[in-house]
Amino acid sequence: MTSVLAVKNIVVKRGRRFRLQVDEFAVEPGEVVALIGPNGAGKSTLLTVLACLSLPDKGELFFLREKVSKGNALAVRRQLAVVFQEPLLLDSSVLENAALGLKLRGQKTGAKDRAYTWLQRFGVEHLATQNALTLSGGEAQRVSLARAFALEPKVLLLDEPFASIDVISRSTLIKEFKSVLSSTKTTAILVTHDFQEVLALASRVVILDQGRIRAQGTPRGIAAHEIWGGLAGAQIPPMPGS
Amino acid sequence: MDFLVQGFIQALRLLLAGDKEVYSIAFLTLKVSGLATLVSLLLGVPMGLYLAVSRFRGREFLVGGVNAGMGLPPTVVGLWVALFFWRRGPLGFLGLMYTPTAMVIAQTIIATPLVAGLTMSAVQQLSPKLRLQILALGASPLQFWWLIIKEVRLGILAAVMAGFGRVIAEVGASMAVGGNVRWYSRVLTTSIVLEVNKGNFSLALALSFVLLLITYSITYLLTVLQQRRRQA
Ligand SMILES: Nc1ncnc2c1ncn2[C@@H]1O[C@H](COP(=O)(O)OP(=O)(O)O)[C@@H](O)[C@H]1O
Ligand SMILES: [Mg+2]
Repeated sequence: MTSVLAVKNIVVKRGRRFRLQVDEFAVEPGEVVALIGPNGAGKSTLLTVLACLSLPDKGELFFLREKVSKGNALAVRRQLAVVFQEPLLLDSSVLENAALGLKLRGQKTGAKDRAYTWLQRFGVEHLATQNALTLSGGEAQRVSLARAFALEPKVLLLDEPFASIDVISRSTLIKEFKSVLSSTKTTAILVTHDFQEVLALASRVVILDQGRIRAQGTPRGIAAHEIWGGLAGAQIPPMPGS
Repeated sequence: MDFLVQGFIQALRLLLAGDKEVYSIAFLTLKVSGLATLVSLLLGVPMGLYLAVSRFRGREFLVGGVNAGMGLPPTVVGLWVALFFWRRGPLGFLGLMYTPTAMVIAQTIIATPLVAGLTMSAVQQLSPKLRLQILALGASPLQFWWLIIKEVRLGILAAVMAGFGRVIAEVGASMAVGGNVRWYSRVLTTSIVLEVNKGNFSLALALSFVLLLITYSITYLLTVLQQRRRQA
């Protein structure tokens, strides 16, 4: 099977001290990979590289066997979508925000209709004409998710997308997100701190620490990993059959 | 108090009577300062955008220069521009000394750092993550800059107001490079100074009301534009 995204022997330096080094990491079609690890482990850095937002200092990034370079980074970015922890909407209407990625890709006809359908899917279509900067945090993140899914990305990259949402709305949103993810069969990489999210969403878990991949496995398989002891708010659910 | 009222009445009378000279002075003032503001916008906005987003060696130095330039004394600018355009100066062959063009150039130099500085700070108030998000949405470099400009449009309008307000009010540079030539390079500020020197206080006062009126009207228009309700 061809990996959708893959890195080989990459090194990414940030600031004076931090160095991310990943020899091998690949995402297969249909996978939902959870990227976990303590603060400062390099999760966001790795996600930025995978999203073609910054090229690694050393090593290579591949998108569907094609090597990503400065020349084709934009074209590859247009096959992906990214959702950050903050919704990062622009000062215009909710609908325009949701349609923005499509418009940037040159899709003029149908962009708004498609965006509207996705706003409906995330239950925020009644806000379509409202200015996006007036939304609550939870509403805004729903718009951000709709904006990403409207692009039908080959890989959806998410950096702690539910972290700033209050606990009550969070579990509802995660459920909706899960159903969208599986009905669209979207390949995704999800950075998270929350073990419940990992259990609910991930098919594979990668543990990053101090810029290196320390372990990989199924959500259940890594439940006992010492990493959870060091993660804020992590709860270790009972292992089945233990 | 009486004095002010008299001045105001005379200003109205001058305007209503259609005094040719006053109108030509007011018109030149608008033309010179408007043009200078426009050019400073074309130069200052890209400078501000670039300084806000880029990281390069010597950036701090340039940012310091822009910030200092925001308070550049017009008289100093006038002196320097005059030195360049003086008949024996390095650009003397252009024959621009004592022309409205020279005034536009001097005022552009005064307004550009202001526009650049205010644009820069407007962009820096955006979350750096927003820039990443715009790129992640698939923006080409051109689309990226266009979206950033749209996002800071209120800040840019503030920069326009500040720049225009500053150059329409300055007198030192216009005097030095324009020469206050009647029917040719005389603007409101320079004619006010002239009338004060001649002892025509009431005419000076009247002209000052005309200047305030123009400045206020333009700024008001821009404010309306800026504060227009955010419609969807
Ligand atoms: N622009 C930057 N300049 C300096 N240091 C940075 C920069 N970006 C990230 N870092 C450092 O790199 C390390 C990894 O950051 P990050 O990838 O954001 O970690 P995580 O997302 O796992 O919390 C941290 O120590 C952080 O301080
Ligand atoms: Mg992070």
